[in-house]
Amino acid sequence: MPSNPAIAVIRNADQRSRADARHDVWFRGLLKACALLVLVALLGAAFSTLWGGREVLFGQGLHFLTSDAWNPVSGDYGALAPIFGTLVTSIIALILAVPLSFGIALFLTEIAPTWLRGPVATAIELLASIPSIIYGMWGLFVFVPFMARVEPGLSATLGRIPLLGKLFEGPPIGLGLLTAGIVLAVMILPFVSSVMREVFQTVPNRLKESSYALGSTTWEVVWDIVLPYTRSAVIGGIFLGLGRALGETMAVTFVLGNAYNITSSLLMPGTSISSSIANEFNEAVGTHRSALIALGFLLFVVTFIVLLVSRLMLRQLARREGA
Amino acid sequence: MMALDIYARRRATNVVAMLLSGLAAAVGLAFLIWILWITVKNGLSAMDFKLFTKITAYADEGGLANAIVGSLIMDMIALAICAPVGVLAGTFLAEYANRTRLGAVIRFLNDILLSAPSIVLGLFVYVIIVLPMSNLTHGAVSFSGLAGAIALALIGLPVIVRTTDEMLQLVPGTLREAALSLGIPQWKLTVQVLMRAAVSGIVTGVLLALARLAGETAPLLFTAFGNNFMVANPLDKMASIPVAIYQYTNDPNPALHAIAWAGALLITLFVLLLSLSARWYLHRHQVTHD
Repeated sequence: MPSNPAIAVIRNADQRSRADARHDVWFRGLLKACALLVLVALLGAAFSTLWGGREVLFGQGLHFLTSDAWNPVSGDYGALAPIFGTLVTSIIALILAVPLSFGIALFLTEIAPTWLRGPVATAIELLASIPSIIYGMWGLFVFVPFMARVEPGLSATLGRIPLLGKLFEGPPIGLGLLTAGIVLAVMILPFVSSVMREVFQTVPNRLKESSYALGSTTWEVVWDIVLPYTRSAVIGGIFLGLGRALGETMAVTFVLGNAYNITSSLLMPGTSISSSIANEFNEAVGTHRSALIALGFLLFVVTFIVLLVSRLMLRQLARREGA
Repeated sequence: MMALDIYARRRATNVVAMLLSGLAAAVGLAFLIWILWITVKNGLSAMDFKLFTKITAYADEGGLANAIVGSLIMDMIALAICAPVGVLAGTFLAEYANRTRLGAVIRFLNDILLSAPSIVLGLFVYVIIVLPMSNLTHGAVSFSGLAGAIALALIGLPVIVRTTDEMLQLVPGTLREAALSLGIPQWKLTVQVLMRAAVSGIVTGVLLALARLAGETAPLLFTAFGNNFMVANPLDKMASIPVAIYQYTNDPNPALHAIAWAGALLITLFVLLLSLSARWYLHRHQVTHD
């Protein structure tokens, strides 16, 4: 007996929808696996550096964090000098970049004529596209000689201030913590300013207009309305810049001077976690290499926490915007 | 009288703040122009046809030919890895996990990966690829162009994930509903309707990722290492423009600094043109969607 064509059609459709469902499951699985790779990359970076640095991290324990000795000959490794350099240069970068970024964001959202905003914003963001090795070269060949000319002036003026003056004593060789901090400030400027500009734009116009209607000046609107409204996101943007500054390598490696120093003077050469790794890794063997990977682990953990805080702060505003 | 004083002071504060903020923008622009001007000036004066025919050498007769080839090979392998993975991952976030907890966590971590220190990603690849390869082959293969490309892929990945995610979210929901109502399975909807609608945005994301990873130096130092010979085998140590710039700059010989500047100009032009055109394209794209 020949089969009923209607049943064949139904069976066919049934098979087809089963196949579709199966393919959907596969496709979904493939996509999910790819998305999970992002997670794997981050966890992998943490665990692989922990594993690579285990000899020093577990062998030396707290000594690694509290000692300022860095002696490949005797195998004594302390991370204090690179940590010091990383923190000091990043703090200098923030002190310079935060007010500048705030000014730029203010200029781009409230002051500049509309036709000027787009081009200037793009130009500032271009700073973020320039590869960091270019910052390094410019820093070494142009900015270091420039700083060498400026530094005697700094020592003669700022250096005379009691207490604070200590920061600006020292040989005017151009290389050093201050120079690296300034180069980092220029590098993080586009990141911080573009976050600030974006969040300033989210402030509802009615809030600003109400304030203007009460007779506020532009500055008062920005300082008393815009800034309080966007506070958490602005802090998030600053932390984003900090995260970038902490991990930046090529821009600071050339201008820091690669010296394991902890000094009170910002004009002295120093080192940072990332530049120690970049400078020494390929000549290092055994424990030395393990110590450098351990430094990488420290750097990763610290930047991860900083960036985590940054994203959490930025998300608060996004959530309020959505509500 | 008092009121007028206060008014004058408020206005003065305002004017000062406005001037300072204009000055801040000028300072930012000044640094951009300063850096670009120095790069173009030094790069152009060192630009020479010989750079494209001679390989890297630490004598006056050095070139960049093998570094250019190495960069091209590694950038292409990196894109071949991170573009498909990134696009699929971004699609997962936008289409399958948009409002789930897993989606939120991955999106959040992707943003962190976007700003993670690139040198640590280099160390990561060193520990999971370079060391095991070296142990397995008894040192015959250690640093390799492939390892370098994988490190670069990790840099490009979050950029592609994020743009794909954002671009797919711009596709109007009515398109999804229309396709689903025809009985299309979801994977076909995703590949043949949504990705096609967002393809220009996704390609732009891939170009932005290329702009980002092409200039990276730190993750290549202990993965691809560098090589003073012309090689095309990705299992060999491989030269690249950024690492060649780094090595030439570290050399005391000023003739090599000139070559470094020429390389710097090449890489800067490449990266800036790429990211400018990608931005311009994205911008136009978003405007038409509004």
